[in-house]
Amino acid sequence: MTNAWTDIKNTDLVVIMGGNAAEAHPCGFKWVTEAKATRGAKLIVVDPRYNRSAAVADFYAPIRQGSDIAFLMGLINYCISHDKVQWDYVKPFTNASFVVREGYAYQDGLFTGYDESKRDYNRDSWEYEIGPDGYAVVDETLQNPRCVWNLLKQHVAIYTPEMVERICGTPKDAFLKVAEMVGECSTPTKTMTSMYALGWTQHSKGAQNIRGMAMLQLILGNIGVRGGGMNALRGHSNIQGLTDLGLMSNLIPGYLNIPTQKEPDFTTYMSTRAFKPLRPNQTSYWQNYRKFFVSFMKSMYGPAATKENDWAYSYLPKLDVASYDVLRVFDMMKHGKVNLYFCQGFNPLQAFPDKGKLAAGLAKLKMLVIMDPLQTETARFWEDHGTFNKVNPADIKTEVIQLPTTCFAEDEGSLVNSGRWLQWHWPGGSPPGEAKTDIWIMAQIHLRLKELYKKEGGAFPDPIVNLNWSYKDPGEPTPEELAREMNGSVLVDVFDPADPTKKVLEAGKQLSGFGQMRDDGTTAGGCWIFSGCWTEAGNMMARRDNSDPGDAGMFLKWSFAWPANRRILYNRASCDLDGKPWDPSRKLIEWDGAKWTGYDVPDIPPTAKPRDVGPFIMNPEGTSRLWVRKMMRDGPFPVHYEPFESPVANVIAPKVRGNPVARVFPDDWKTFADIGDPNFPYAGTSYRLTEHFHYWTKNNHVNSVLQPEQFVEISEELAKDKGIALGGWVRVWSKRGELYAKAVVTKRIKPMTIDGKIVHIVGVPIHWGFVGAARKGFTANTLTPFVGDANIETPEFKAFMVNIEPSTGPVVA
Amino acid sequence: MFPPIPNPTVASDAATPRFGEKDILRRSASEVTPPAQRLTEVAKLIDVSKCIGCKACQAACLEWNNLTEEIGFNHGVYTNPMDLTPDSFTLMRFTEWVNPETENLEWLIRKDGCMHCEDPGCLKACPAPGAIVQYSNGIVDFQHDNCIGCGYCIKGCPFNIPRISKVDHTAYKCTLCSDRVAVGQGPACQKACPTQAIVFGTKDEMKDWAELRITDLKSRGFANAGLYDPPGVGGTHVMYVLHHADTPSIYAGLPDNPRISPLVDAWKGMTKYVGLAVMGFAAAAGFLHYVVAGPNKVSEEDEENAERLADGTPPPVPPASLQEGRTP
Amino acid sequence: MSADNLKTHTPDDVEPGDAVRPGHPVQVSRYTVAARINHWITALSLIALALSGMALFTPSLFFLTGLFGGGQWTRALHPWIGVVLFFSFAGLFLRFWKANLPAREDGTWLARISDVLRGREERLPEIGKYNAGQKFVFWGMSGLIIVLIASGIAMWDQYFYAFTTIEQKRVAVLVHAVAAVCIICVWIIHVYAAIWVKGTIGAMTRGKVTGGWAWRHHRKWLRELVGTRPGKRPPTPAE
Ligand SMILES: Nc1nc2c(c(=O)[nH]1)N[C@H]1C(S)=C(S)[C@@H](COP(=O)(O)OP(=O)(O)OC[C@H]3O[C@@H](n4cnc5c(=O)[nH]c(N)nc54)[C@H](O)[C@@H]3O)O[C@H]1N2
Ligand SMILES: Nc1nc2c(c(=O)[nH]1)N[C@H]1C(S)=C(S)[C@@H](COP(=O)(O)OP(=O)(O)OC[C@H]3O[C@@H](n4cnc5c(=O)[nH]c(N)nc54)[C@H](O)[C@@H]3O)O[C@H]1N2
Ligand code: HEM
Ligand code: HEM
Ligand code: SF4
Ligand code: SF4
Ligand code: SF4
Ligand code: SF4
Ligand code: SF4
Ligand SMILES: [Mo]
Repeated sequence: MTNAWTDIKNTDLVVIMGGNAAEAHPCGFKWVTEAKATRGAKLIVVDPRYNRSAAVADFYAPIRQGSDIAFLMGLINYCISHDKVQWDYVKPFTNASFVVREGYAYQDGLFTGYDESKRDYNRDSWEYEIGPDGYAVVDETLQNPRCVWNLLKQHVAIYTPEMVERICGTPKDAFLKVAEMVGECSTPTKTMTSMYALGWTQHSKGAQNIRGMAMLQLILGNIGVRGGGMNALRGHSNIQGLTDLGLMSNLIPGYLNIPTQKEPDFTTYMSTRAFKPLRPNQTSYWQNYRKFFVSFMKSMYGPAATKENDWAYSYLPKLDVASYDVLRVFDMMKHGKVNLYFCQGFNPLQAFPDKGKLAAGLAKLKMLVIMDPLQTETARFWEDHGTFNKVNPADIKTEVIQLPTTCFAEDEGSLVNSGRWLQWHWPGGSPPGEAKTDIWIMAQIHLRLKELYKKEGGAFPDPIVNLNWSYKDPGEPTPEELAREMNGSVLVDVFDPADPTKKVLEAGKQLSGFGQMRDDGTTAGGCWIFSGCWTEAGNMMARRDNSDPGDAGMFLKWSFAWPANRRILYNRASCDLDGKPWDPSRKLIEWDGAKWTGYDVPDIPPTAKPRDVGPFIMNPEGTSRLWVRKMMRDGPFPVHYEPFESPVANVIAPKVRGNPVARVFPDDWKTFADIGDPNFPYAGTSYRLTEHFHYWTKNNHVNSVLQPEQFVEISEELAKDKGIALGGWVRVWSKRGELYAKAVVTKRIKPMTIDGKIVHIVGVPIHWGFVGAARKGFTANTLTPFVGDANIETPEFKAFMVNIEPSTGPVVA
Repeated sequence: MFPPIPNPTVASDAATPRFGEKDILRRSASEVTPPAQRLTEVAKLIDVSKCIGCKACQAACLEWNNLTEEIGFNHGVYTNPMDLTPDSFTLMRFTEWVNPETENLEWLIRKDGCMHCEDPGCLKACPAPGAIVQYSNGIVDFQHDNCIGCGYCIKGCPFNIPRISKVDHTAYKCTLCSDRVAVGQGPACQKACPTQAIVFGTKDEMKDWAELRITDLKSRGFANAGLYDPPGVGGTHVMYVLHHADTPSIYAGLPDNPRISPLVDAWKGMTKYVGLAVMGFAAAAGFLHYVVAGPNKVSEEDEENAERLADGTPPPVPPASLQEGRTP
Repeated sequence: MSADNLKTHTPDDVEPGDAVRPGHPVQVSRYTVAARINHWITALSLIALALSGMALFTPSLFFLTGLFGGGQWTRALHPWIGVVLFFSFAGLFLRFWKANLPAREDGTWLARISDVLRGREERLPEIGKYNAGQKFVFWGMSGLIIVLIASGIAMWDQYFYAFTTIEQKRVAVLVHAVAAVCIICVWIIHVYAAIWVKGTIGAMTRGKVTGGWAWRHHRKWLRELVGTRPGKRPPTPAE
């Protein structure tokens, strides 16, 4: 989220598209209710299904899954052609005026530089024109045909309301109604907020879906303001914390990168990190990268990280591929290239696509370790459960070890919510039986490994042997110790260079924020963005003062938000060029002549003069980007691509199948149904129900009462065609697998007309499996394809093709 | 509206954590002297237009009241369980309704449960003294110690709410969390509701609150938005804000004009008085007759006649005037 | 009917076991042991039902639940006793229905009801085994018991909750309550009659009445009995 949950109350228009906040985020959804009740805000829901969010919406528009980019580009097209643009925002605060280098072009679904054999682009041409002064060339009049604005105009021209209807199945008048309501938010005093989640991310072009809306929000002047923003509704209670702390195979904490093989030494690594400003005066905050990185290395390796050894840079693994995401690991597993798999708080057999492939992979492991408070399907993948999990245990040699852990409610620590708030929590109960905390287990494994490496040496013991492990009880570091470590501390006294008697930093003290981090090894900090969470003043995450000056929804004294306790990112953009709020009734910060003040922590150096420094200080441009240069693998503008399995060919680029650079493994092509395959005529999608949380609440009695048995949702029309009865059994199958479920026949799903063809939708909730208190069922992922997004490898869970027939139910055993 | 409206303005007196005899306005099958002064009337307001059907209220009710409902089946709808049970005091009923005026689909989600009628049909029907009480704040509560499990309350209730447990054979329904309200807390379901579709406070506050909501709904084109506080049962202490208050029945059969059924009125009114009178009269009549007419005794002569008949000696012929009554 | 036929055709109101035993006084067997047991089961059930039912009928009689072990027991037992009543009455019904078929003299009997009430039997026609009043009780009980069992089952939520709508249940309770009142009144009449007409109780306690009792109240039946006695021809009034 750029903004915060509490800020949604400040909006005038909520657009829920690519998510189902009422269902998946009911507690957060209350702020939508609040905006509606107190500001008269309107709610629009755009979803393939009339869902629980739609139940309380002012307007609902249907959309075929996997077609959002066409819709969003259609909205941008509408705004541009109807002059629904907040010009005073767009001109100075976006890169609209930046001139793009000759050589970059887009045609028929592809950008320049596509290499079909590699399924990748050579992105060199995707850059600005750089002037003789070393800065990007801009044309503030927006006359230059190669300025971003004109390229954008050209790019979106094809997405007319008629085209939107043809691709998305959204009736033209419904689309226009949405466009009209959205367009109204281009005035400085009206804001719209975008709430999205998996309906956008779980596609082979997920990241571009989100960019599409981000661009629209910039055109409307809605980024950085109260009640605006791009609000990703994060999933697991701490999934935000997971990404923040770098639990991705290609990241280290604070969104720093794990080096790749192309960066064998520190100098090479750093050469591409600290972006030089592309416009005069700009901050380009990533110039501080070195400080964050060195502090991280000091925190990891302590005294073993020295200036001389490049802060132990050699200890870090060097990636040979872009990332070892889950899809890649399971693909490798299936090919027998993985021996040991650690599954901590993860149930991949349920959660990842193409269960058949996953199970085959697990069966090839030598050992599988499960750390979980509950029984999971993954831990029991080798058990025969008849139709629900048909295997022959005798054929599986994998050794499975289950380590019972506590769950979040039984231990202490912090959870980071979607609004980037780090909220401390305390145990609500004591763990049952032999359960141990995750920290204890990891520490014990670490200590034993360290011992082994010490004893036996091995290929490269240093990173393990020298890992900084200075906890009071090495066998079980406390959450407090770990949190303090994340925040960072001063290692050596630091004196003011101007006045060597003046101590600026005192050894042993907690840092007050990442501003104090240094690149000379005098500070340590595990996660720069978390710096400020546990300062000398104590645990900032445990703060629970709900005062809210100005009723602004900022709650600065409640917990701690990264970065620097800022509640709305880019909040400098809530003011015009001179630092006056666009909407005085919704002031966030303002320039008082000498400094920035207000209800939020300014996202700009507090004394940076309004016209000098642009609001988007992280970017070398100082502005936001409507066109993203080469920062995304699949193009600087979003393009509509069909899902890999789709009822129709891509209307705007019939030759392009799926996202041309999406993650596909060679073996998997044959597991996809052909475009328009009559054997799989129905468009499937998978999603959540409010009554369950993934695959674990089915272990809970109350949740199982509220939603006891697996079902799929279909329209009355499809039910009639197929002779399916309300509440009757059906079999649903894709090219990869099948499941049996009850049929919820509903008016809330309607057949759509896509490019002249009737397309029926089959909705598949994800929550059932073969363990638990609820009735046995199937993971939705028996059906889904093994394809990932081009940029972040999120699987395409939301769009796949299936068939359906009435049935008598699963045959058990 | 946020922070959430504070805990209800209902006095919480720690010394008397539960409502007691002194607070009882009505008591089943008993005459009580109502308290001189009523407690402030409370109400739970359920704003159907804000409800997202998340069932948090349903879960909270199960948890707070320690209820163990059975794990059922899917019946092709989102509602689960399919009906109220002794272990489910509340549940969400989902209706897919196409508005004939706009042709738009509307998903109407109503939280079903006891309405806490001001004139409770259940209490009227209950034969067991003190099995149902109504506190002077309006809460209608079942006292399981006194309940005999006859199920009359089911017949008395215009909303089809109470259910009899197969385990202890007593009637169960929403208590309006009287145990929580008594200590100044809102009901568990209200606390759990993420959208504040459920709010709780004094009845007057809730009516004002509803007014705000209705104004908002009207501004969004729901011309018939209104408050459901049916006068037929004297108003209720659980009220709904409905977008279509003109047709409550579209909300999964919410009665348009609930009132205690005339059959129940007749059963619990007339029948009792007339019935007792008739039976008393029959007994009294017999007694009087005996006193007046004296016993109907067999005479010596009768015995002799019988003996003669048995012997074959013809007994005297009865007067001719009586002969037509005989078998020929 | 010709007199000859009487030998082969027992009149409807003569039941197996009915017999005249000469003596002083004459003894007439009116009920077999089985019939008496059957009757008393019925009688006790109905009393239990009335007591338990009345406990629920009105709060002022709720204390009667004490007789059955409390409210819960009362609620639980009542319908079961009802079932007992139903079957045991069914037994009585099968025994007695023929004798309770309407006869011509019933009309006269009813027309002279004031004589009945004054005990002026001599002004009444000769009556078979049962007079119109008893028949009224018999058929009244029969009809009401059908109504009570039917409505009772509709109210019996423990087992039959799912079979009726709430509206039907409401009709059922109302009907049940009214029928209960009626049957209690009928019962009062029945018992009063038994007390008022001296010598009647003996029929149900010992199975026998005196000849005089039969002569006085059920002379036609007595004649029929005498007539069906082996070797004895019933003297007809025409003789
Ligand atoms: N109750 C509950 N809450 C949860 C979770 C849970 O399991 N249960 N999980 C949590 C987690 S981890 C996450 S990530 C979030 C996810 O939160 P959401 O993303 O909101 O959840 P989903 O139900 O997966 O998908 C949301 C909606 O996307 C729609 N959709 C599918 N395809 C498309 C499409 O192409 N375009 C558009 N516009 N819409 C589409 C679906 O119909 C569905 O209504 O929820 C979190 N909250
Ligand atoms: N088809 C389809 N598939 C999907 C999705 C979809 O929309 N459609 N959504 C995807 C998404 S967004 C997500 S996030 C995944 C979810 O996939 P998972 O994260 O695998 O699902 P969970 O059931 O949440 O599994 C988490 C496990 O963590 C355990 N756990 C809880 N607390 C602790 C703890 O403190 N320590 C440890 N060690 N374990 C703990 C739980 O018991 C549970 O077994 O599913 C994905 N799969
Ligand atoms: C305490 C209660 C009762 C008493 C004292 C009582 C007494 C009697 C007596 C004395 C008779 C013999 C009458 C006769 O032979 O002319 C009789 C007959 C009969 N009684 Fe009862 N009775 C009682 C309850 C009942 C009840 C509850 C029923 C049925 C529900 C019943 C049904 C009958 C029937 C069917 C006959 C045979 C007469 C007929 O068929 O009309 N009695 N009873
Ligand atoms: C024939 C079978 C009968 C059945 C199955 C039956 C069943 C019931 C049931 C289920 C009730 C509700 C209370 C409870 O559950 O205990 C009830 C109530 C009652 N029954 Fe019966 N009953 C029967 C016969 C009778 C008879 C013969 C009488 C009358 C003597 C009677 C009198 C009553 C009365 C007075 C009530 C209370 C009604 C009220 O509260 O208004 N029942 N009966
Ligand atoms: S997990 Fe459930 S209760 Fe917790 S914040 Fe999310 S919606 Fe609310
Ligand atoms: S079941 Fe209902 S009517 Fe009967 S005693 Fe219990 S509360 Fe009263
Ligand atoms: S709704 Fe029914 S159970 Fe609740 S108080 Fe009213 S009559 Fe009684
Ligand atoms: S008020 Fe209490 S008892 Fe009633 S539905 Fe809510 S939680 Fe359940
Ligand atoms: S908790 Fe609130 S929003 Fe959720 S179902 Fe209940 S009333 Fe509706
Ligand atoms: Mo997620």
